[in-house]
Amino acid sequence: MTRSVRDWLWVLVFAILITFSVPWFLWGSASVVAGLPVWLWWHVGWMCVASATFALFARTDWDRMMGADTAGGGEL
Amino acid sequence: MTLQPLGIVVGYLLLALGVGLLAYRVGDNDAEDFYLASRTLGTLVLLFTTFATLLSAFTFFGGPNLAYAAGPEWILVMGVMDGILFAVLWYVIGYRQWLIGRAREYVTLGEMLGDRFASPTLRALVAGVSLLWLFPYVMLQQMGAGEALRGLTSGAIPYWGGAALITVFMIAYVMLAGLRGVAWTDTLQGLFMLSVLWVAVVWVVNAAGGVGAATEGMVAANPDFAALGGGIYSPQFIISSAVTIAFGVTMFPQINQRFFVAKSATVLKRSFALWPVLVLLLFVPAFMLGAWAAGLPIEVPEGANVLSVLLAEYTPTWFAALVVAGAMAAMMSSSDSMLLSGSSYFTRDLYRPLVDPDASERREAWVARVGVAVFATLAFVASLSRPGTLIQVGDTAFSGFALLAPPVMVALYWDATTRDGMLVGIGVPQLLYLLHVLVPPVTVSAGGTTVALFARSYGGWDVALAFMLLGTALTVGVSVVSSPSFDEDAARFAVDGD
Repeated sequence: MTRSVRDWLWVLVFAILITFSVPWFLWGSASVVAGLPVWLWWHVGWMCVASATFALFARTDWDRMMGADTAGGGEL
Repeated sequence: MTLQPLGIVVGYLLLALGVGLLAYRVGDNDAEDFYLASRTLGTLVLLFTTFATLLSAFTFFGGPNLAYAAGPEWILVMGVMDGILFAVLWYVIGYRQWLIGRAREYVTLGEMLGDRFASPTLRALVAGVSLLWLFPYVMLQQMGAGEALRGLTSGAIPYWGGAALITVFMIAYVMLAGLRGVAWTDTLQGLFMLSVLWVAVVWVVNAAGGVGAATEGMVAANPDFAALGGGIYSPQFIISSAVTIAFGVTMFPQINQRFFVAKSATVLKRSFALWPVLVLLLFVPAFMLGAWAAGLPIEVPEGANVLSVLLAEYTPTWFAALVVAGAMAAMMSSSDSMLLSGSSYFTRDLYRPLVDPDASERREAWVARVGVAVFATLAFVASLSRPGTLIQVGDTAFSGFALLAPPVMVALYWDATTRDGMLVGIGVPQLLYLLHVLVPPVTVSAGGTTVALFARSYGGWDVALAFMLLGTALTVGVSVVSSPSFDEDAARFAVDGD
């Protein structure tokens, strides 16, 4: 199965989502913003970003990436 | 007075049992309904029944305990990496399995692989390995329940009492309700637990004088709690735990079986997108309560749960009891998912193919129920010795399951995978990991340097990670050098409708 540029972009997006799900650049930072550690705020934001990205993926390239026939894929 | 919470807990467990029974009566009585609810679960129910498996003692009691002792970074380990990595695997493994399973009506992972590779041995191996690691995970629920009731009643109920109570309910429940029953109670309990958890946060935070004050108190008691990293939280620990947990979860019998039960792809898509948010809503309050407790003036006795102690101190007794009851009911429900899936692995992949191929449905159902009772009782006996903390026992189980994932993924996506590749790729890493779990570490000196053998981690990395890589290499390598036997059929895993 040949992969399009678009497929690889999704792979890249998922790789970024996974890699920065831990805010490595805040390692050791103990700043507290609005009562919670700043890395916790990152976590909250990142999960929302992930959820939105997943929703977009499910809406667009979900079946194409899997190489499944559209008849079996269902629609959203 | 200290026994009043027990009444609430038992009452709640009985109520949950009633709901399960009701749901069971709605469904048909055949095996596909009992195990898969006739492949008809909608988004809400699928999402929550999968989610409820996260509502285990590992999350609900182990997590806050760890946050209390070592800081709230456990939110990142479990929440983010598990939330995102697992969601990706949900698509990569789960959707693929759904497509394959839908076409060929598989019920278990072992059945799917055994059919594709025409190998009852592979089927039995996958089932056997799964049951092996299910054992510590069921133990974990019993340990969690024992500690929770002890914390809630200030020691009036001994550890073994709580563990025995949940064991009895687990067995009763699984005997009476199938997956439809479990899925329904999972959904109710998932929603209930999320709500009461947030109410608990509001209550405790108010008593502590606000979020800012609670965090200040936490930092004053443990200056490095607010900082990301430090203590046990090294990058190696975070990555190791997150990877083994995420991959391990996909191979849990009860989760893996969920991949076959969605009503449509739409259900899988919606669950996939909602997953990170749900994970966020559960983990942040649960683990922050544990972390904040470190700065509050409470005494947590050795071996008790910080969450139940905290609630008993800061919220009315009935509410604390309700939370613990809800948590125990959720644990009971997820334990039942485990036992139910485990029993289908046992009867379909081991008992029927190997012992009695002509067993009647009635006999099979009987064997499944006796199997569950024996399994849960043995796990209860083993849980009495308390072989480690909740996190340690859970982590061992997750890692054991995680080793199954790489060969399965290779098989799902690579047509040239062979039976021999699968057998070696699954068998060897399992054997090696089991040795590392059971044999105590030995230090040997060789050529002036000392090397630790059978250690669970090297340089902070979980040894299971190395075995996951080894499993991948062996599956691919052996597949390349061996030829498929004549009855293997890669077309059975095709998803493009050819």
